[in-house]
Amino acid sequence: MILLQVIVDGLLLGAVYALFSSGLTLIWGMMNFINFAHGEFVMLGMYVALLAVTWIGGGPVVFGLAAALGLFLLGVVIYFALIRAVMRGPMLAQILSTFGLALLLRYAAFWVFSPNFVTLPRSVLSGTLRLDGILLSVPRLAAGLAAAALTLGMHLLLTRTALGSRLLAVAEDRDAATLMGIRPDRMQAFAWGLAAASAGIAGALMAISFPFSPAVGETFALTAFVVVTLGGFGSVPGAMLAGLLVGLIQGLSAYWLGPVYKDVVVYGLFVALLWLRPQGLLGAA
Amino acid sequence: MTRRGWVVLAAALLAYPWAVAGSDGAAFLQDMGALVLLAAIGASAWNILGGYAGQISVGHAMFFGAGAYVPLLVYQHWQAPPLLGVPLGVAASLGIALIVGHPTFRLAGHYFSMATIAVAELVRIMVGNWDFLGAAIGLQGPATGRGWYDLTFRSAVPYYYIFLAVLALLLAVTAQMQRSRLGYYLHAIGAGERAARSLGVPVRRYKLYALLLSAGFTSLAGSLYALKTGFVDPDSGLGILVSVQMIITAALGGAGTLLGPLLGAAILVPLQTATNTWFGGGGSGLTYVIYGGVIVLIARFEPGGLLELWHRRAAARLARRGRVRHAA
Repeated sequence: MILLQVIVDGLLLGAVYALFSSGLTLIWGMMNFINFAHGEFVMLGMYVALLAVTWIGGGPVVFGLAAALGLFLLGVVIYFALIRAVMRGPMLAQILSTFGLALLLRYAAFWVFSPNFVTLPRSVLSGTLRLDGILLSVPRLAAGLAAAALTLGMHLLLTRTALGSRLLAVAEDRDAATLMGIRPDRMQAFAWGLAAASAGIAGALMAISFPFSPAVGETFALTAFVVVTLGGFGSVPGAMLAGLLVGLIQGLSAYWLGPVYKDVVVYGLFVALLWLRPQGLLGAA
Repeated sequence: MTRRGWVVLAAALLAYPWAVAGSDGAAFLQDMGALVLLAAIGASAWNILGGYAGQISVGHAMFFGAGAYVPLLVYQHWQAPPLLGVPLGVAASLGIALIVGHPTFRLAGHYFSMATIAVAELVRIMVGNWDFLGAAIGLQGPATGRGWYDLTFRSAVPYYYIFLAVLALLLAVTAQMQRSRLGYYLHAIGAGERAARSLGVPVRRYKLYALLLSAGFTSLAGSLYALKTGFVDPDSGLGILVSVQMIITAALGGAGTLLGPLLGAAILVPLQTATNTWFGGGGSGLTYVIYGGVIVLIARFEPGGLLELWHRRAAARLARRGRVRHAA
């Protein structure tokens, strides 16, 4: 029974991993660009949620939207101020730019919010459901289901709408897309906004049930790398599947080996995967 | 750089501890000088792989950590002089480099950076839970030296000259490399791996040579750090910020240039000391805000680093002068 509990909790957290990783994989797929500050976007989503709860009040929908909107704007601003120029530069500049951004955001958050762990007020969403002997925490259940729905929404947005087609067209061939009357700059800015927003909502969803500090971003960034590599770079369905898998593996290794080793197992798996199958589980050879 | 430039630089570096000896904060300034040289060693070592060969490793903390841990380990467990652990640390680093190099070098660009972060974090977490290596508490060196061989000095000056000697050796090796086949091949790899391969450069093998050279010297930097501070824990020896410090130092001065890392260290270390002094304990957070800002600005406006900026301005000045003479 405990094992079942571990599996369910792992999958629910994994759905949130899938959500923020799908943002990272979108950027990778469109521009061959890894955003090393993606974990910091998740962290900022958590703090935006906290600020929204304290200033505006209201439930998860309010602070979830606040986090999404706030991070969307941040993503767009970062694209125009930094990424657009860096994309044309050397590899060193590309890697350094988001790396520096990660440091800047993380330690600015230290400065503003203090390095201590904080939590959202319990009153936001709480309670547990008992189901066949497993205890389902309502916040985690809500977070997992909302994240799964949003990841699916992102997939549908990319595959079933005109906007998604334009995004994918730019990803496919920037110059050809320009000839078809698509402005790649706008599409890429939108993708950065979308990716940051997905990280922001994911952060807000996790903030309900987990305490957080400015330092949490680093772990999320690495988790997102693992998920994106596992699912195949650029694939949202791949990220969905891999996110669930990583959540499950983390839960099980924490249960069997001890909580300290949950990241060791995941990072080890990541390195092994890069070694054996760099194209990902679903990617073509 | 001209021969005279080198002589001036060497003389300035040799004279620095004497020059500041008379001032009020002599001990403070000498210590900072030693820290500048140490940062320059780490960044120059990273520069061989990251600057010349263009492989942006964010995991060099594992080599630095091996170099820092092994000397203190041989002291803590067997009371051996930490100095004895220095070559062992280098050997351990080369071993790690061989193991890690094989899988990660199949990856290019961003993938390589991601993989190196993951491996380094893996090492950090494992060391932090391994009692033999001091777990989360870390390891300590001899509090007071039992003899010269323990290399515990009260003053920073002996460390300064030891660091200077190692830096001189490293820069001599790098300069020699620049002029050799290895240097040309690495430059070609850095400019474009596929192009280099199509021209017949054995890319994998030469990347591995660069990694081994880089890892060995990074390990030395770690050992020197441990000898000077007499203490290492998972964060100070293996944390991601250790790698970040090397990267930003090299990139600020100029990645892939001989003296860029030294220039970067000469700017960043005093900056860090200043923010820590002005803002007290909370200043460490601010230091990294500044670091982050500096990295972003370099990446955005001057990816070649300050040395390239300098060269460009010098070239522009020369061209202007030439035009004036031509007009006359």
